[in-house]
Formats: sequence, structure tokens, C-alpha cells
Amino acid sequence: MNSNDKYLEICDLTKAFDGPTGTIEVVKGFQLKVKCGEFISLIGHSGCGKSTVLSMIAGLTLPTGGGIILNGREIDGPGPDRGVVFQAPCLLPWMTAEENVLLGVQQVFANDSKQRQREIAREYLELVGLGGAFHKRPAELSSGMRQRVGIARAFALSPKLLLLDEPFGMLDALTRLELQEILLSVWQRHQMTAVMVTHDVDEAILLSDRVVMMTNGPQARVGEIVNVPFARPRDRISLLESAQYEDVRDNVLSFLEERSNIKPRLPIESGAVSNASAEIATRT
Amino acid sequence: MAARNSFKGDWLVLPLVGIVAVLLLWTASSASWAKSLPSPLKTWEMSKLYVMEPLAKRGELDQGVVRFTWYSLVLVTKGYAIALLVGTPVGFLLGCSKRLTLMFDPIIQFLRPVSPLAWLPLGLVLFQKSEPAALFTIALCAMWPTVINTAVGVRAVPQDYLNVARVLKLSRTKTLFKVLLPATLPYMFTGFRLSLGIAWLVIVACEMLIGTPGVGGFLWQEYNSLIYEHIILCILTIGLVGFVLDRLMGMVEKRFSAV
Repeated sequence: MNSNDKYLEICDLTKAFDGPTGTIEVVKGFQLKVKCGEFISLIGHSGCGKSTVLSMIAGLTLPTGGGIILNGREIDGPGPDRGVVFQAPCLLPWMTAEENVLLGVQQVFANDSKQRQREIAREYLELVGLGGAFHKRPAELSSGMRQRVGIARAFALSPKLLLLDEPFGMLDALTRLELQEILLSVWQRHQMTAVMVTHDVDEAILLSDRVVMMTNGPQARVGEIVNVPFARPRDRISLLESAQYEDVRDNVLSFLEERSNIKPRLPIESGAVSNASAEIATRT
Repeated sequence: MAARNSFKGDWLVLPLVGIVAVLLLWTASSASWAKSLPSPLKTWEMSKLYVMEPLAKRGELDQGVVRFTWYSLVLVTKGYAIALLVGTPVGFLLGCSKRLTLMFDPIIQFLRPVSPLAWLPLGLVLFQKSEPAALFTIALCAMWPTVINTAVGVRAVPQDYLNVARVLKLSRTKTLFKVLLPATLPYMFTGFRLSLGIAWLVIVACEMLIGTPGVGGFLWQEYNSLIYEHIILCILTIGLVGFVLDRLMGMVEKRFSAV
């Protein structure tokens, strides 16, 4: 196993919060290895702790047990090597679209000239289809356009790892489809590793190499992992027409409906996980 | 019903009705139970000189209203500037640190209601001169709304914005100037407006005590000279200036909270 196979390694991750009724372990014994350049989706029921896992990878909250190793270094806080796209775009309302993107660019490309930094910011805004909106403030943009700015801001950092927390959850269906395509094409061009939280099964299948399904919380962990075998570049139409698509989709849905509540007493060994995914791989 | 009872000129006519009613009450009072209260007409006759020649200077405490107002405004500006320069950073520190808040909030709540008339003698003791004592008093009294509103504003900065700053690993100074400060501005300006109102209240009291030329000083001198009409002139001037200042700051505040 070379180091590329565990570019991102999440070991026995646990997060406990002190609640009014005592300590609640939201996530417990979460194990996952992510290859360099892989696209992973975390899927599970609402409140199962998907976002908590993502936020720990981002470094915004620290785990209470276990650890996360990114490219050989343990994560101990946030940093611009990880681009985060939040559920709400979280733009600073007093800045224009360009300035919002520029804020990150200046951090990562601090040694470049102002002119160059501006070019980078504009390049990414154009990439997400906001070529004409450089100087608009968030209040003047639709929610879809704001989320595009958020995506541009994350991509403009040229991060090694892209973290997406239900990035399209608040958008209407048409905008969502469009932004999924944009995300896919930009991700493909930059060959970065990505972890996305979502509860949209179709979105997870379209975008990811593996769909990681989490059990219901508390003490949520990886339930099963489904390999998505479709060749890239993918396009939605031919994906939907293929027979395999239904199989993968049914597998994920049946997990969410039937098997997500099963709680083995011991955390699943990594061997068990790969067995599960191997089984699915043979089925598909 | 409501539609029938209101018409387009309400905004102008109704305030005029109010003014006329007060003028009538004033006239009636000066003619009946308050014999030493000058009537509106008499007030105008005695004050005409000061209003019609607003820039005249006949003596140290015998000048046109605009001149007096100008002196007061200069003093207020200085004291107000000190209040903002001290109050804003203090408010920021309090907003950023829970510990500092716990440490100093009781003291602030304790000092806030102290009247300017109580601070001025202390200022005179400390600085020996009337102007620095007045500035000390204005700054100390006017500072609190700025301190408190800035602190509240900093605490109200959405966690989302701070997360953005953390994810991008902005430096402390960059987080301050690019995220915290712009997010707090609307609150700060509310504080600034309230502070200005207090500064203007305080200046009059200060001038009365230290006797410098200005609206308050003039008022006190004319009280001692038994020219009561001029007391009323001063009160009207103070009210008008305070009103205008508040409106101006309100416009600035609106401009900044519109972002």
C-alpha cells in the first residue's frame, strides 16, 4: 500500500458533546481511508454526524478521540490547504464577489502580484459562470450565484483537499443540477481529493468514487461503503440509462431505509468494510 | 376610517398644530401662573439681536447664537473624538474577551449613570484648567454607548464569518479589519449616534459650570443677569442643534447598516 492510498486517513474518530443530559457521543469509532484524487460522499440520515465529521476534517472542531491524518500530518486546526464549501455560502456581505474570492487567494498566493491575484480570482469566478458579476455584492446575487461564489472561493485556493458540506442543499433542483456539473468539471480539471456531505443519493452517485454510508447517531460510524464503478468523465444522462445505476442506487437507498440502524457492538474492522464494498462491487 | 382621517399634508400640518398648541400654553402660562416666564413674543423681541446678527461679537459673553453654538460644537467635537478613540477599542476588547467583560462590565454599569456634574469637579482637580476638565467630562460620559454597542456588535458577528476567517487562516489583523470591523460597523454607528447625543447634553452642563463662552455659558450668565428671555433662546438653540446632530448621525448610521 503506497502513501497515495491513504492520503487522508481517519482513525477511530470520536466526537463527544456535553449536552444537558450528559455527554453525547455523536460520532464514535469512525474509520476511513481516502486515496489521493478520490471523490468521497458521506451520506446518512439528518443529524447522524456527517457534518461533524466534515468539520473535524476541516479543523473547525477538534475530535475528542482518534485522529485525522492528511498527507502524513495530523490535522490540528483549519488551514487553506483544505477548501471548504459551506452549506450556506457564508460570503462577507460587505465585499463584492471578486473581493470574497480574493480574500482567500491573497492568503494562498501571498507572493504573487496584486494583478495576478486578481486574475486568479476572476478566472475561478468565470469558471463557475459568474463572469459578469465580479463587482456585485452578495445581496445583489441569487442564492445559486452566491453558492457559486462560495465554490469559486474554495477552488481558488487550489486546495489539496476539498470539503463540501451539503453544498447544494439550499438550492432549487435546476440550479443544483447545473452546479453539480460545474463541480464535476472543475474537480476533474484540478485532480484534487474531495469529501462531500450530502443526503441526495443521485448527487452522491454522480459525483463520487465511493459513497460512504453512515449509521444513525448517536455513536455514528461508517456503516457500509459502496463503490461507484462508472468511468469518468461521467455525464448524467448516460449514467441514468445504465442498468448498473439502478443497482447502486437501490443499494444506497436500502441501506438508508433498512440497515442504517443496525449497530454492531464492535466497531467495524477496516477488513469488514472492504468486504462490504467488495461484495457490492461484485454485485454491481 | 384611517384612510379618511389622514391626508397628504399630515407630516407638515400636524407638527405645526403641536407647535402652536405649545406656544399657546406658554403664552397662557406667562400671562397667568408664571409671571416671571417671558411670553413667546417678549422672548423673540429680546433675542432678535442674537438671532438676526448670529455672527456678531460684542463681548466675550455677548455674541450671536451661531458663534456660541460654534464654540460649543468645537468643544463637543474634541470631547466626542476622545470618547470614540477610547471607547471603540475598549468595546472591541470587551466584545472579544469574555474574561475582560466579566472583569469590567460591573464597573461600566456602575460608572455609566454618574452625572456629568459629578465628573467635572474631578476633572478640574486632575487638570487644573477648565477646557481639559470639560473634555474629560464629555469623553467619560459619552463613551459608554460606544463601548457597549461595539462590544455587543463584536459578540453578534455570525460564527459563519469567523469560520471563513479560520478556514482561510487569516491573520489576527486581517480578521480584525476584513471581518470583525466591517461586521460590527452598524452596531458601532448606533453607539456613535447615542454617544453624540450624550456629548451634546454634557457640554451644556459643563459650560454652565466653567463659564466658557458657548451656549451653556451664555445661558448661565443670562440667568445671573436676570435676562430670562435669553435662557429660553439658549434652550431652543440647544434643542435645535441636538436635533440636527442626531439626524445627521442617523443618516450616517443608515448608510453603514445598509451594507
